[in-house]
Amino acid sequence: MPELLSYKLLFVTGKGGVGKTTVAASIALLASEQGRRTLVCEVEPKGDLARAYECGPTPFAGRHVSDDLVAMSMDTEASLREYLRVVARVPTVGHIGPVARAFDFVATAAPGIREILTVGKLCFEVREGHYDLVVVDASSTGSVVGQLAAPSGINELIRVGLVRSQTDWILEILGDPLRCGAVLVTTPEEMPVTEAVDLAGRLAKETPVHLACVVANRVLPELFGRSEEQIFNELGRPARLDLVARELDSSSELVEDVLAAARLAVTVRRDGVAHLERLRAEIAPDVPLLYLPYLFARAHGLRAIRQVARALSEELLT
Amino acid sequence: MSRAEGSDRRDRRDSPTSRPSVRPLVGRGAPTPAQDQTRHLEQLLSAKEIVVACGPGGVGKTTISASLAATAAARLGGRVLVLTVDPARRLADALGVGGLGNIACRVSNEAFEEAGVRPKGELYAAMLDMSESWDALVRMHAPDPRTASEILSNPLYRNITRRFAQGHDYIAMERLYELHEQGDYDLLIVDTPPSLNALDLLDAPARMAEFFSSRLLRWLVVPYRSRLVNFASRPFYQVADRVLGSQFLEDLAGFFILFQTMRDGFVARAEAVSRLLRDVRTTFVVVTTLEAVPAVEAEQLIESLRDRHLHLGLLVCNRVLPGAFSDPPVGRAAELLGQRSADLAEALAGRLPAVGGASHPPVEMVGRVLNEVARSFANFRLVATREAELQGELSAAHEVTATVPYHPGHVTDLRGLLDVGAKIWGDELAGAPPARPRRRSTRRPGTSTRADNQQLPEPEAPC
Repeated sequence: MPELLSYKLLFVTGKGGVGKTTVAASIALLASEQGRRTLVCEVEPKGDLARAYECGPTPFAGRHVSDDLVAMSMDTEASLREYLRVVARVPTVGHIGPVARAFDFVATAAPGIREILTVGKLCFEVREGHYDLVVVDASSTGSVVGQLAAPSGINELIRVGLVRSQTDWILEILGDPLRCGAVLVTTPEEMPVTEAVDLAGRLAKETPVHLACVVANRVLPELFGRSEEQIFNELGRPARLDLVARELDSSSELVEDVLAAARLAVTVRRDGVAHLERLRAEIAPDVPLLYLPYLFARAHGLRAIRQVARALSEELLT
Repeated sequence: MSRAEGSDRRDRRDSPTSRPSVRPLVGRGAPTPAQDQTRHLEQLLSAKEIVVACGPGGVGKTTISASLAATAAARLGGRVLVLTVDPARRLADALGVGGLGNIACRVSNEAFEEAGVRPKGELYAAMLDMSESWDALVRMHAPDPRTASEILSNPLYRNITRRFAQGHDYIAMERLYELHEQGDYDLLIVDTPPSLNALDLLDAPARMAEFFSSRLLRWLVVPYRSRLVNFASRPFYQVADRVLGSQFLEDLAGFFILFQTMRDGFVARAEAVSRLLRDVRTTFVVVTTLEAVPAVEAEQLIESLRDRHLHLGLLVCNRVLPGAFSDPPVGRAAELLGQRSADLAEALAGRLPAVGGASHPPVEMVGRVLNEVARSFANFRLVATREAELQGELSAAHEVTATVPYHPGHVTDLRGLLDVGAKIWGDELAGAPPARPRRRSTRRPGTSTRADNQQLPEPEAPC
């Protein structure tokens, strides 16, 4: 399996709320810092990337975050214009406004058109070699399979025409395990892990894209080893609480609150570990599982992205 | 069932406010915030027939919806249905009803009794089956059974219904309308699908109507020959033919000609669904966690509910850290514990029982544990402070806020759902283990009627 940053095209996906944008933005930042020309694209234009990099709007045309890092948002209409201009060489560029609107409508109704305009644009950037790496902040579990399956699906529905002729090279890129991969993001919780396992299965069954790695995001640090945990439990007994309170000139109730908080941290962490064990057991053994720590300090913005990128680079070294 | 009497009130609300209409009584025996919370919720769920739970993805909408439904069935009575979109078996397992589908299953009284509650009403659960619901809709609106089966067997149909933008949102609202029309339930609580944007849900019926009325759809279904003479649509077809191929367009047109036969029914229905969402009997519950991104989405959602004159009944902040984390005296105790860990370890080590071989644990190890406790507290305090700030902002957007504390593990049974329900209600459920006596207020500023339930969870059995 290739090293994560040596891929050409990475689709970062997972259940809503697990931190897809953070992971995608961090992978892209790390790659660009290592001198790779990197494009990062958000498929659902919600402005998440702009918030992550604190860089202002990221239009379809792209915005330079740094010399080697460009961020963009997907816009199927703009993608269609580009496609018509560059690939189809359609002459009626003057009338493109209403045509694009009409397409927007057909794309709403017709299966796979919007998806192929999305995936096609990303593959186009790979094929043209404009970037060393294209990182996609892809849709969540629900629609990413539809997007990645669209090129093969459309082959069955559309028998002639330019769209049809484009799908072959798109499929070749998507299905190449050395160039293209999916990064599945999850958190150490029940539902995200269940969905990640489910999505790994659907990606394998319904799309040509291989799983590059699974990222467990927001993993809590381990508080105690086994002996330490025994000591910790002993501290909770009333006599010890009173002793600690006396030593600190505090009340045993306050000390108990402090210990209860630590107990919560231990329990949350232990629950998470159980889910991560299930995750490891249920995804293919050759797929790497990377761990990213829970950020207790600021959990958004460029500083957070830098912290996650640093943690990611350490994970990639081990 | 007294709640059904309200169904005659078909008038729209004249004052588009989403503040609760009932104010807590002040003066003699003024109620506590928790009592306010309970009263508000009981009034809300007694007055409304439909509750739409919405919010960002991954915040626990399904659990909150099911908890509200279970608690309403237990305490208020009547027939309560929770309609979920959660495809996992987890909710079905928690409710003990086996597999969930479009057909509602009743949660048995035994299940409630096992959870230590004698329910006043009946709880039902159903899962939204998207493709089954679409099929039912087609059968309802197609002019005759033959057209219906032609549509259902068209290869484009499945693709289109599966991928139609906002299709899932629409179908959830449509199912809600259907169930409400049937009138089998006193209270319907619907858990909404995760959309790209939670607002899409609100616009889905209007978009569905727009889709069928669109000029572009008319272009698509006019006979192929006349397209060439239609000046307005000519450029579209020139490009479309070239890019998609005329065969595909023909197939698409063929399908839409069939689909058009359902137009009137669909449009009328979508409008009715839209009206129902604005109806005085419908309320929205916004669910969020207190993390930066979901909180921003929730705030936008609250604003647009207000813009659309939809009724916001309650804001639920889920998985909130216990109040002790942001309580200054506890924080000071934690800091002291860290600073004086070496002295404390000296004093403690000799009194602690053996760990491993030695008769007492090494002093350094005890010191490490104490340090770790202090460090962990400081970490979580940061998170709790951030949460408190976000909660303050959200509470400014909507005053009726319920807080559900972070619960380790997950809700796996009816008991768990009722416990969460009790948190939303703002009290402890009868028969639940008594709460630890409160020693001091851990309430955060800026939350007027928020449930006061942020104590640390009961200590668990020794790890």
